[in-house]
Amino acid sequence: MLRYVIKKLVSLVVSLFVASVVIFLALEVVPGDPAASMLGVNAQEDTLAALREELGLNRGPAARYGNWVGGMLVGDFGTSYTYRTPVSEMIADRIWISLPLALLALSLSTLIAIPAGIWAASRRGSGVDLGVMGVTQLGVAIPNFWFAMLMVLVFAINLRWFSAGGFAGWESGFWPAIHSLTLPAIALALPQASILTRVMRSALLDTLGEDFIRTARAKGLSRAQALWRHALRNALIPVLTIIGLQFSFLIAGAIIIENVFFLPGLGRLVFQSISARDLIVVESVVMLLVCAVIIVNFVVDIAYAAVDPRLRRAR
Amino acid sequence: MLRAGLTMMAQGRSLVPGGALTLLFAGAAVLSLFWTPYEITSLDIANKIKAPTLAHPLGTDHFGRDILSMIMVGARTSIAVALVAVGIGMGVGVPLGLAAAARKGSLLDEVIMRGNDLVFAFPSLLIAIMITAVFGASAVNAIIAIGIFNIPVFARLTRSGALSLWTQDYVLAARVAGKGAARISAEHILPNVTNLLIVQGTIQFSLGILAEAGLSYVGLGAQPPTPSWGRMLADSQTMISLAPHMAIFPGMAILLTVLGLNLMGDGLRDLLDPRLRRTGR
Amino acid sequence: MTLLQIDRLSMDVGRLPILRAVSLGVDAGRILGVIGESGSGKSMTALSVMQLLPDGARCSGRISLAGQEVLTLSEPALCKMRGRDVGMVFQEPMTALNPLQTIGAQVAETIRIHERVTRAEALRRAAEALRRAELPQDRFPMSRYPHELSGGQRQRVVIAMAIALRPRLLIADEPTTALDVTTQAEILKLLKRLVVEDGMACMLISHDLAVVADMADDIVIMRSGEVVESGPVDRLLSQMRHPYSKALLAASSHVPNRLAQPREASLLSVQGVVRDYATPRSGFWGRVGTFRAVNDVSFEIRRGESLGLVGESGCGKSTLTRAILGLEEVQAGTIELNGQPVFSGHRPNRDVRRHMQVVFQDPYGSFNPRHRVDRLVSEPFHLLDEPPKGTARADAVAQALESVGLAADDGRKFIHEFSGGQRQRIAIARALIIRPELIILDEAVSALDVQVRAQILDLLADLGDRLGLTYLFISHDLSVVRSITDRVLVMQDGRIVEHGVTQEVFDVPGHAYTQQLVAAAPRLTVEPERTNDDDARP
Repeated sequence: MLRYVIKKLVSLVVSLFVASVVIFLALEVVPGDPAASMLGVNAQEDTLAALREELGLNRGPAARYGNWVGGMLVGDFGTSYTYRTPVSEMIADRIWISLPLALLALSLSTLIAIPAGIWAASRRGSGVDLGVMGVTQLGVAIPNFWFAMLMVLVFAINLRWFSAGGFAGWESGFWPAIHSLTLPAIALALPQASILTRVMRSALLDTLGEDFIRTARAKGLSRAQALWRHALRNALIPVLTIIGLQFSFLIAGAIIIENVFFLPGLGRLVFQSISARDLIVVESVVMLLVCAVIIVNFVVDIAYAAVDPRLRRAR
Repeated sequence: MLRAGLTMMAQGRSLVPGGALTLLFAGAAVLSLFWTPYEITSLDIANKIKAPTLAHPLGTDHFGRDILSMIMVGARTSIAVALVAVGIGMGVGVPLGLAAAARKGSLLDEVIMRGNDLVFAFPSLLIAIMITAVFGASAVNAIIAIGIFNIPVFARLTRSGALSLWTQDYVLAARVAGKGAARISAEHILPNVTNLLIVQGTIQFSLGILAEAGLSYVGLGAQPPTPSWGRMLADSQTMISLAPHMAIFPGMAILLTVLGLNLMGDGLRDLLDPRLRRTGR
Repeated sequence: MTLLQIDRLSMDVGRLPILRAVSLGVDAGRILGVIGESGSGKSMTALSVMQLLPDGARCSGRISLAGQEVLTLSEPALCKMRGRDVGMVFQEPMTALNPLQTIGAQVAETIRIHERVTRAEALRRAAEALRRAELPQDRFPMSRYPHELSGGQRQRVVIAMAIALRPRLLIADEPTTALDVTTQAEILKLLKRLVVEDGMACMLISHDLAVVADMADDIVIMRSGEVVESGPVDRLLSQMRHPYSKALLAASSHVPNRLAQPREASLLSVQGVVRDYATPRSGFWGRVGTFRAVNDVSFEIRRGESLGLVGESGCGKSTLTRAILGLEEVQAGTIELNGQPVFSGHRPNRDVRRHMQVVFQDPYGSFNPRHRVDRLVSEPFHLLDEPPKGTARADAVAQALESVGLAADDGRKFIHEFSGGQRQRIAIARALIIRPELIILDEAVSALDVQVRAQILDLLADLGDRLGLTYLFISHDLSVVRSITDRVLVMQDGRIVEHGVTQEVFDVPGHAYTQQLVAAAPRLTVEPERTNDDDARP
């Protein structure tokens, strides 16, 4: 088990390293002169020179890369060119919207999908199964930002249950803050929950066709007992994979959904920095999001070993 | 009616309705090359934000443009972006997957698979953000971003399909007949993974439509004046209480196209899956 | 009164009839062998007793188990019956156990599902059941997971689960088909012992007449969902009535007629061959280990000879085959055909390769389903520098197909239009098309039903005589090797432990391992005076 964790830990570090190199190359080396691409074509030569000096562009790429990564490791993400504030502070402000939103959506999606998938699989071919499959078929096809707009139209504009956008802030209390994240989280969760429900259902149906389920039935277990005691844990293995992959979709989705609801999270920050051509902020936020995806997938790998003894053996 | 529809979807008899929906939108996209009810470049401020009428079946937008015409031209953008992105994904991913499977466990395989893992850590939106940050927003960048994200999907699928085929005796027989890895991949592996690729291609196509809509909604995709469904939704957002039709129809277009493609994918899977039509034994 | 009595049982799945008026019975303490080829309905009969049938199956007739009418029982009553009154053992031990649970928990579950006992008590009794299945706690603790056990050991766990509550009926559905012959003998012995100890009735289902003849008191022979003949084993084997039973018996002990005598000249020479595989690193920074799959193997095949190679799974025979075919390079030693090496300068030697071909075991996996038969059969032409084209190629394909008893225009068909036996003929045609001298038959008849197997063996014998072919016949099945080879090699753990004339090696085995193999192989001895007590096997 320990050896497995160490192996995964090493591959985590390698992935993070390669990802940081890719981001650095894409944003600082490929464009040629980042200062020019930040200031645009009409920039004055002396402002360009000043910016190059400020960004440390006069040094070689290797030195700048080392500086960037070294800074990030101690929590220094540089200073935003447009806002003139440390990027770490900007991120710290906004991560407390984006992170709860993603977690809320992930738990919502998992809490809906796993029971729904089990329900549909255990009543295969019934009205319940058909209903679940039909609804998820729609859920997979609906663009989440459009669904968000429709929810705003119905629940915020017509029914006035929620506000149409904006964030109440954690200082106004836990529930008001959660209240303003509810519609965005539902919008984010719906397509993911639909996908996960379908995966859960088909994984469970596949497992129910395995030989060891027949063995369990021959021991005297009822259909339901065989499902709960034997099929479920085996079916969770592919479901875990999808949950890990979905995290990356959730991050992408959150960036868009924050725009629908005018939530001042990391997604908004990225778009503001793109329009302001503030490469330093873009670079750091992208790195942070990619980090989150890689770490979640590491956690999923560890969860595999907890579920599956075949991975645990230390040989 | 609803129940019948649900039954059909759930039981996988979905090839015909899915194919019909897909054809409808593909047809609209092709038709828009020659004819649309109104010119989408002609602004008609007098008739702006009109609810659906006989003259404008889906109403008009805030510049008085005909929404039906916009949706037809938008279909062109969506389908073109998603199609080329699938092409990139297959064109690069399939050869990589075949090569990785042919040299399983080698350094090449390891590099390809780790590279795939890495790309999976970059959601297509993040790739688009990075490209846009450097080169600015455009439909081409959307294609590249979605296409890059498709590569590992096809590479993995091809590799896993190919790996199980490489253990088949007919591959061993081909090796006994002196055929090399490249030739075996082309003659024996690729033809037997095409079913998988067709089904996955349909799914990636529909995901591509969704991704394109998302990117153009946040302004990272096709730029005005090129109409796109995501752009139309973004424009409608501030007027949603005043003119809900501006938000509803483009959204329906995305939903129905994606639904059609997904249903077609399911139908193709049932049609092509050898497990369902295996004979003998 | 018989413990299990089946009367006129018919079963359909949807509109497809599976069983028609099957009647059989088995008493406590007796073993009933149910014999049949694939598709005969023998497994479905067993699953009917358990009522674990596929969706959409409907039964009619009567199944009576210790006075209970199984077909009238409710699902909860059936759950009470399964595992408590009837235990079942399945064919495929590798997948029959839940990979995520320990073996102790899985055996204990049988007890806990039927009786209100504490966890500790259930585990204690599970340990006892495992001990009776010859998996003692000191060597196989209950905390083991299935993946830590071999196939034979897993089958013992399944048996322990089935007998934990001392059921009155044990159903064993091809319990040893997936196992090696020595493991098979041990499992059969175990089953027999348990039947005697517990006074159980046992229904043993098998395609192998020899296995059943050794084990059973009574036999039922089935074909396409019907019982064709039944009775006590001795009477039935000595005086068969039904033509199908006779054909089955004849095919089971069929010896093809071979005329050709091997010549003195050597064709294939294998000298001191060693093949190592790299194993995964032992530690994280550990060294890559090696596993010696083939260890210092030497032998020769003479022209026109049929040489057998026997051994159990993992003994290295497949690795050796691949080395001979020039698919993989060896670490030491030489392999030469007609004095030319199969591998020269780290590359397979095409000149040598075109003189040998191979036929594989699985008639379903041996052909690309997307190609037509003519393309499949002509694939070895790739080895020729100037492969025939146009009509020459068509003629060669037609000739090859006709020589294996198929029609020339079968070449236009796809492979799914053929049965398993026909596919194996096509595989032989593919091997013949470039007129090789040596054909390697890698378990080539192992996946076939006995009657088809006999036909294919006849075909091989006939082709060998007509075309002067040399065969290397690789198999785990001693009776097949005995019937078609002149000399035999016995392989164990990568080494050839014994070689010699087939008859002599099998009649008077010299090496301990060969003795074990020969003793373990089920043999069909049709002797009218044979009684049940005289069990020839150790």
